[in-house]
Amino acid sequence: MPDKPRLTREQIAQRAALELPDGAYVNLGWGIPNLIADYLPKEITVYFHSENGILGMGRRAKPGEEDFDQVDAMKIPVTLIPGASFFHQADAHLMSRGGHLDVAVLGGFQVSEKGDLSNWKIPGSKGSGGIGGAMDIAAGAKTLIVCMEHTTKDGAPKIVKKCAYPLTGLACVDIIVTDLAVIDVKPEGLIMREVARGWTPEDVQELTGAQLIVRQRIPEMSFA
Amino acid sequence: MKQKIYSSTDAVVADIPDGAQIMFGGFGGAGFPNNLIHALARKGTKNITAISNNCGTREGELGLMFKNNQIKHVIASFPGPHANYFQERFAAKEVTLELVPQGILCERMRAAGAGLQGFYTTVGVGTEVAEGKEERFLEGKRCILEMPIHADYALIKAQQADELGNLTYRLAARNFNPIMAMAAKTTIAEVEEIVPAGTINPEHVMTPAIFVHRIVQAKGLRYAG
Repeated sequence: MPDKPRLTREQIAQRAALELPDGAYVNLGWGIPNLIADYLPKEITVYFHSENGILGMGRRAKPGEEDFDQVDAMKIPVTLIPGASFFHQADAHLMSRGGHLDVAVLGGFQVSEKGDLSNWKIPGSKGSGGIGGAMDIAAGAKTLIVCMEHTTKDGAPKIVKKCAYPLTGLACVDIIVTDLAVIDVKPEGLIMREVARGWTPEDVQELTGAQLIVRQRIPEMSFA
Repeated sequence: MKQKIYSSTDAVVADIPDGAQIMFGGFGGAGFPNNLIHALARKGTKNITAISNNCGTREGELGLMFKNNQIKHVIASFPGPHANYFQERFAAKEVTLELVPQGILCERMRAAGAGLQGFYTTVGVGTEVAEGKEERFLEGKRCILEMPIHADYALIKAQQADELGNLTYRLAARNFNPIMAMAAKTTIAEVEEIVPAGTINPEHVMTPAIFVHRIVQAKGLRYAG
């Protein structure tokens, strides 16, 4: 089973991009989520939000067109789309906490069967760690998607009964997109929605630390 | 008219005493009061409690203050991947850290500026951030009580000031600056340009002059990377 091909980080991003509704206001976190902007379906427009006070971020700036007063949350110079706006950091977080943001996509270290998220600190890691905007975003986004690999580099499940790592938020995750599956977090538990090509729901269950609910034949993950 | 314009960055920070609680604006390399930070480094103020989103980029931004061991305690949301000098001091227990979720950091400062004695929020419930905080059930949700963050000084960066202290900011260099301007007893703005009163269209003023106590003109200093 470990030899079966899994999705790349880019493919995880590509699959997660399909979860964004046309016209949505969206925040993308560090890591895999940040790749999603490259895979938006052509027929939809979404408005990207940045915690440092931008709504309507466009693509990254090309060499020569960078303005270092116009950067995203990862400090990378970006462009704007027509109709973009600037505001201060309190308003930026008010948008996420106040439930105005339609979708947020974050990376994750662990997600529990109740939708608890750990994504800011690995126990025993060096240094102070840092929370940034993740807790505000986790608490307030209407829909929270987590993009991550299904297991750690050592093969341990990242979807677990109870998070062992420091928490970002309780019962905040709605959808999990991994390199093996798409999973919906519902009050009744983790509902498997799609599975990666070449994998069976039973394969994925073996690499998952919590019970996955399989209600019907599970379709292959789609990319369009 | 009370004169708010100072002749130099050294003069504008000259009275900041040891032990002061100071807010520093800036995020992602944009909107940092780097000239004021350099002046404070030259002055050598010690035992500072710093409030800032991050903890410097190598020697840049607050990095210089940590390198010089001028800060004893910091309240921040995200020290950052290149906060080398902070991490060294933190590992050596020469500086203590309170980590605060970024939006809550904003709102705690805003509460201070707004004359509010704290607020309840769902952010951080059940996490390390909630430890030791009062918890209540409000509107059907578990919430924790967050208290205001005050400061003696706010060091901020703006684009333009008029002689009265009305400010504008450039692009995303606004970030924490307007919030900190409201939360401190004395707000010192480093600006690219000072213009006569009436030059900035009143509709375009982003921080009204009432929040700004001192202004100094200094050309932008920026740290790459």
